[in-house]
Amino acid sequence: MDDLPEKKKGTKSKKRSSSSSSAGVSRRDFLKISGVTAAVPLVNEVSALAAADQVRELGPGKVPITLSVNGKKMNAQLEPRLTLLDALRDKFELTGAKRVCDRGTCGACTVLMDDKAVYSCSVLAIDAQGHEITTIEALGEPGRLHPIQQAFVDNDAQQCGFCTPGFVMATKALLDRKPNPTLEDVKHGLGGNFCRCGTYAGMRLAVLQAAKTTKGA
Amino acid sequence: MADETTKYTWPDAGERTLIGKRVSRVDGPAKSSGRAKYTYDVHRPGMLYGKVVRCPYAHAKVSSVDTSAAEKMPGVVAVHVIQSPGTEIHWAGDDIVVVAATDEGAAEDALKAVKVEYEPLPHFVDDFTQPKNVPEEHGPMDQEDFITMLRNDAPDPQIISALQTRGITFKPEKRLLDRLRENEVSESVISALQAAQVKPSEDKAEKRYRKEAEQTKGDPDQGFKQAEVVSEGVYGCPVITHCCLETHGSIAEWPDKEHLFTHISTQNVSGLAGQFAQALKIPAGNVHVHQDHIGGGFGSKFGIDRWGAYTAEVSRKAGGKPVRYMLERAPELEVAGCRPSGYAHVRVGAKKDGTLLAWESESWGTGGPGGGGPPPMPYVVEIPNQRKQHVAVLTNIGPARAWRAPNHPQGCLITMAALDDLAAKLNMDPVELLLKNLSLTQRADVYREELAIASDLMNWKKNWHPRNQGGSGVVKRGLGVAIHTWGGRGHNSNCALTIHPDGSVDIKMGSQDLGTGTRTAILMVAGDTLGLPIDKIQLNIGDNEYPPDGGSGGSTTIGGVSSSTRRAAVDARDQLLAKVAPALNAQPQELEIVNQVIRVKSAPSRSMNWKDACARLGTQPIQVLGKNPGPGDLISSGVGGAVMADVSVDTETGIVKMNKMVCAQDCGLIINMKTAESQVYGAMIMGIASTLYEEKIMDPTTGAMLNPNMDFYRLAGIGDVGELVVHMMTGKGYDERGPIGLGEPPTVGPMAAISNAVANAIGARVPFMPITPDRVVAALNENEGGSHAAV
Repeated sequence: MDDLPEKKKGTKSKKRSSSSSSAGVSRRDFLKISGVTAAVPLVNEVSALAAADQVRELGPGKVPITLSVNGKKMNAQLEPRLTLLDALRDKFELTGAKRVCDRGTCGACTVLMDDKAVYSCSVLAIDAQGHEITTIEALGEPGRLHPIQQAFVDNDAQQCGFCTPGFVMATKALLDRKPNPTLEDVKHGLGGNFCRCGTYAGMRLAVLQAAKTTKGA
Repeated sequence: MADETTKYTWPDAGERTLIGKRVSRVDGPAKSSGRAKYTYDVHRPGMLYGKVVRCPYAHAKVSSVDTSAAEKMPGVVAVHVIQSPGTEIHWAGDDIVVVAATDEGAAEDALKAVKVEYEPLPHFVDDFTQPKNVPEEHGPMDQEDFITMLRNDAPDPQIISALQTRGITFKPEKRLLDRLRENEVSESVISALQAAQVKPSEDKAEKRYRKEAEQTKGDPDQGFKQAEVVSEGVYGCPVITHCCLETHGSIAEWPDKEHLFTHISTQNVSGLAGQFAQALKIPAGNVHVHQDHIGGGFGSKFGIDRWGAYTAEVSRKAGGKPVRYMLERAPELEVAGCRPSGYAHVRVGAKKDGTLLAWESESWGTGGPGGGGPPPMPYVVEIPNQRKQHVAVLTNIGPARAWRAPNHPQGCLITMAALDDLAAKLNMDPVELLLKNLSLTQRADVYREELAIASDLMNWKKNWHPRNQGGSGVVKRGLGVAIHTWGGRGHNSNCALTIHPDGSVDIKMGSQDLGTGTRTAILMVAGDTLGLPIDKIQLNIGDNEYPPDGGSGGSTTIGGVSSSTRRAAVDARDQLLAKVAPALNAQPQELEIVNQVIRVKSAPSRSMNWKDACARLGTQPIQVLGKNPGPGDLISSGVGGAVMADVSVDTETGIVKMNKMVCAQDCGLIINMKTAESQVYGAMIMGIASTLYEEKIMDPTTGAMLNPNMDFYRLAGIGDVGELVVHMMTGKGYDERGPIGLGEPPTVGPMAAISNAVANAIGARVPFMPITPDRVVAALNENEGGSHAAV
């Protein structure tokens, strides 16, 4: 739904008119429209095909991909089907983000993409190009923990710890957005992640502690 | 120095510097920073990726396997047939062929080129329908039947009689007998096993039910005759899965043709070499097992499993190159973990004052193809007159695995729900009913104290109301209670502790930390004993080249590792004190170590710091091995706990909301209060999930699991669990029993307590877990004589 105001803005912009097809809808706009009202044929078939013509075909073999991860440019030859998660874990050895459900349900793979929490199992590496990716590894490390990570330790908000990096990143995104969260905000902000050991009691306290200790950080 | 029997004791409360305190887990920073390396995170040079062809049928015979096309696919290095033509498959998702390729995508592509043909056979996945008119079991027992009886704590005379009358289909080998003795199986059962007649096995394939011998106690007929009130009901919970976040799996490699090195996600680091050796036909001494961190086990990761063996096999075929195969989410839920279901039709009779007289249950449930045994019933409360009959349902749901406190949650639910319904019929507060009958439990004093504490924390007396008085609004509120137990005696453990002349200390143990805080507990015991802060001790666990330790299951780890560590640290400390005593002009027993300083107890100014003391060792470090079992009475077994739940139920939508849950739990001497509380919080949350959300849903038509993913196999989220309160029992009556395991007991009661709270709120019993909205609405309708079918 966030797309609607953007689209309105787009119709007025010069950039749009230069890149749009003769039917008056760019490919990006077409995707946005179809995303909002998938069943309504807003464009005719011809214009959709015309839009598709401009797409550069990639793969199925490996293609050069450049990602910006934790402030560093990372280059690799990757298949376009590879997810951002698998690229981080298997190609760049950033294994903090975990593959658990592998379908955008559990949040164990949460990373920040331009400061927004995303499920990296549900983003293709190729689509993550041009965005700034932040993983758990960038926050801190033992001996130099980020206040959120320290709060997870202090409040024992982890047991087996497999879900923990995802929760820490979700907390980061939450606190960036809402520096003074209520308990309800915490439940909502971390509602996209699952823990199996059952560490939510400590986690609630951890997020509230982190909110205090990250002030001004 | 104290004599052998008193030397190995726990320090008195006033002398404890670390034991019983709140210490943050030592691997917390590694975990919260994403630096902790789980098996899934390990990258080995030149590592290949495994993928597996799985059987789509719940029951079938493999007719043919053709891997020739797959072998030619780009990136494929090795292909291994796991179950060859002619093999009978007993559950959907079973492993057939493994492919190892240079990356995951290539391996996945190759799977499509493997051709497997099956001959489908009839399957059966209905464990929910109560079996009727099942004939008594007479045929010989296979090993699984026998082990199942042991697991279910069947009384010795019953096991012996079954061995004598039915015979067995297997030869009791030394390995098995050793294992039985290790697990403290009585010699009379072992000799009956050895004497049992070995007969050819009967074909079980067609059998759907296996009836166990009826068990009676006292005079149930007389008991029910005397009863003034009898309550009757049916209760139960379905098969659920472990859903470990780190799936099962391993990385296998062969440094040479005779040696296997494997990283594996396991609860049993020291116990796997023999299993690998048997499967791979190499000496056990050639198997190196390593694991730093594990992403959940809950009872499902004790063996090498089929995948452990074939990952090693396909690595061998790939010239020894490392191969990683971790199960995908779907097979993790389909084949890598099932908690057996448990259902029962129950009658329970009592006097008007609540005195329990008689119990009768017809129970059934499935643990997959093997059936599985009866949950302990009546649970905790030994009603004097009982008649019990259990039918194991043999299904193609998948193989059962131990799940925290095997069989207890099922037995607790069935018993506590039946007692709660009885209390409602008696117009009694269920807490009063339990208190009235505590003499029938083994731990009356513990339960009495815990029920009082839990009642206070829940404000039970003020908030409890009789059924059907949950308020006039659409949303009704209710309270429920349950009590539970577990053994939790420490397992075999070896602690190798070294004090080096440079003052450093290290410990090596073949144990593992499942996230329960094992590392931290070991360090706290050693630190407390040696007068050192925990960061001055280096701890190495998770490798089978360290002294062997028990598998972490059944709440046996804390008792095992804490007592072996205490013994090792006491011995090492005493050797060091003996070494420095002359320099301090004192006898060794006059010395103590406080905060890295060795000093004379009566004259603390006569002292020497730790480093200087260790320097006196010269070139020889102090090396000791502490064992459990061992001298001194450091641990015991048997705990009690009480759980109370407060829920709100929307009677229009059927949605249950957790308001609050309270648990008062005993676990003997607590080593780390912080991680102990975490165990209980976690157990309550897992209990909430299994009560409200979890079910392995099987499709009767295809025999396949319908929800092998985390969208539809739902866990509890942070917003689902309500307020949680934990009270750990400590002090006199608890501490002197030594550390007792805690992983299992608090997982037992929550399901029963929540189920009872829902019944209290809406005035109707939702008989089956999970308590989903449709079942709540159906129970309400049925209560009102409505037309909705009960689910």
